[in-house]
Amino acid sequence: MKSLEELLAIKAQMQEKVAMRKSSGDIRIVVGMATCGIAAGARPVLNAFVEGVNDNGLGASVTVTQTGCIGICQFEPVVEVYEKDKEKVTYVKMTAEKAKEVLEKHIKGGKPVTEYTIGASNI
Amino acid sequence: MIRSHVLICGGTGCTSSGSKAIREKLADELKAKGLDEEIKIVQTGCFGLCALGPVMIVYPEGTFYSRVTVDDIPEIVEEHLLKGRVVERLVYNDTGSKAEELKDVATSLNDTGFYKKQKRVALRNCGVINPENIDEYIAMDGYFALGKVLKEMTPDDVIKCITDSGLRGRGGGGFPTGRKWAFAKASVGDKKYVVCNADEGDPGAFMDRSVLEGDPHAVLEAMAIAGYAIGADEGWIYVRAEYPIAVKRLEIAIEQAHEYGLLGNNIFGTDFNFDIHIRLGAGAFVCGEETALMTSIEGNRGEPRPRPPFPAVKGLFAKPTVENNVETFANIPQIILKGADWFASMGTEKSKGTKVFALGGKIKHTGLVEIPMGTTLREIIEDIGGGIPNGKKFKAAQTGGPSGGCIPASLIDTPVDYDNLISIGCMMGSGGLIVMDEDTCMVDMAKFFLEFTVDESCGKCTPCRVGTRRLLEILNKIIDGNGTLEDIDRLESLCYYIKANSLCGLGQTAPNPVLATLKFFRDEYIAHVVDKKCPAGVCKNLLTYTIDKEKCIGCGKCAKNCPADTIQRTDYIAPGHKLASFAIDPSKCVKCGACMAGCKFGAISKQ
Repeated sequence: MKSLEELLAIKAQMQEKVAMRKSSGDIRIVVGMATCGIAAGARPVLNAFVEGVNDNGLGASVTVTQTGCIGICQFEPVVEVYEKDKEKVTYVKMTAEKAKEVLEKHIKGGKPVTEYTIGASNI
Repeated sequence: MIRSHVLICGGTGCTSSGSKAIREKLADELKAKGLDEEIKIVQTGCFGLCALGPVMIVYPEGTFYSRVTVDDIPEIVEEHLLKGRVVERLVYNDTGSKAEELKDVATSLNDTGFYKKQKRVALRNCGVINPENIDEYIAMDGYFALGKVLKEMTPDDVIKCITDSGLRGRGGGGFPTGRKWAFAKASVGDKKYVVCNADEGDPGAFMDRSVLEGDPHAVLEAMAIAGYAIGADEGWIYVRAEYPIAVKRLEIAIEQAHEYGLLGNNIFGTDFNFDIHIRLGAGAFVCGEETALMTSIEGNRGEPRPRPPFPAVKGLFAKPTVENNVETFANIPQIILKGADWFASMGTEKSKGTKVFALGGKIKHTGLVEIPMGTTLREIIEDIGGGIPNGKKFKAAQTGGPSGGCIPASLIDTPVDYDNLISIGCMMGSGGLIVMDEDTCMVDMAKFFLEFTVDESCGKCTPCRVGTRRLLEILNKIIDGNGTLEDIDRLESLCYYIKANSLCGLGQTAPNPVLATLKFFRDEYIAHVVDKKCPAGVCKNLLTYTIDKEKCIGCGKCAKNCPADTIQRTDYIAPGHKLASFAIDPSKCVKCGACMAGCKFGAISKQ
């Protein structure tokens, strides 16, 4: 170790990996991972969110987690986004592609992708 | 891509309750389910809630599982890690929230009663990082304090920062750390040493052990900082051989720090060199005393030497030496990074920062807690410790192990800091806190600690070697029911004599348990010598077991249980009963209590 920069480089590289344990997170992305969710393909959705959050360096503010069945099995994979002081947004029939879009527009852009939400007419 | 971390405690408490087997089983299960690429298992240091071990936390949810067994693992993997359904029956819940609320909200550990009032500085990484991975320590700002002092601060700046923070030695004495460093810096010498005292010997204390097991790099970093401040290039850690996990993790940590060039020559490209060695202690209590410890490192029999000269002038290998305790060191990197003011903002006027306590004895949550100085004993015992089990009444808390005293129930609202404890004749000590309920005899308690010091007195000076033995003999006389009021006076004056004349801290503090109990529980001593009674019902020779002849139904169970054949049937038949009652012959009774334990009718009592 010859300089503080080297130390900083290690820290930056490691920080994403341990950020999860601080469980702060202003935004919580919850993926339904019960039998119905997994059968409908929730795993690629979950992985897409986990990877997307990491690739974008959002680990400190966004928590990706999973939950059990919430009772709307016909709409699985279901993803819910909780944001501080905001109404919960429920996305249904998600795919990995849709997940990337949600991440881009909603999580980073702050605008929910209404056409994928449970209230959208075309679902 | 890792989406979840499972932290499993690898501290001594949880390891002995089987956390290693759990870790292995979890690894197998994850592999079988194909989750090993997504879920990472992290072995950490002590979480503090040892009473509920083995403990496990699943992130990012932060779900806290307690008392996990190997058989629970398949369920946790299948339900929680695969399907996202928290296994509720294993969740530690002391938040006061209802089960339904918990389902939705990620249960945060910090909301539980045990953790809510804690403030973790020395323990901040324990139970958070993997102690065997230097990268995780660096991610938590590890070694940045060392970088800061080497690049931006002069040794005087460092000493000023530590002095201004108000940090005092956590090993028991409470000497200001900054001043200690300043003395050592001012000493002239071609060679200086930094010594870390990890010879934690108080019965019931395991703070230092947990820091070493959970965050060994913090101690290494702080030792290097101390080395820079006083001009030393070599450090020694004196750690008990009875702490195998701590020793192993220290060895790993030292090796990793060398690999990264954070120990060794030209650290951070400066001309500062620092290396650390480990010396294993063989388990003598006196080696926790600083001069005895240094004598032991030198390879001699661990005996204290007179001061002055103080270690800062002539210490290890007769060179100027700074010696600090593990917990003291663990605070240093944080003080450097966050500043003296931050540290000084916690605690009381003369005792800054936080203190780690090992909670033990008659308390619900035995374990490790770190609280700001000035927290009252009531908060520690009732809010954090969960109170006394079985609805018993709190009687006293013993602090400072065999060197300390006790705090009686009447002083339960005392804010705990160095000076308050000394003013009530007690001592912070290294931080063992043993809680006692109404079933504890204070004379017996004093005897327990004296037996320990009699065993552990190194024998070099007479007041300690002979004096403590005489103290123990007088106590035994009182406990056996042969004491007189004069014995109590002799006991007391001998205590003061030993305190004033012993060579080192061991002897100077050895009478403290007796003095403190005499101060607060003199009536119990008097009951032992005058009434020949032990109020708590502990001291065997002063007990009498009697059978209430009105309650005895004459079943004879007690007579069968009695190993000494002292219970015989009488010819008295109580009204309403068919058989004659039994009676104990007190002259033959060995006071084992077997009769009382076997009686279903509550007819036998002890006094």
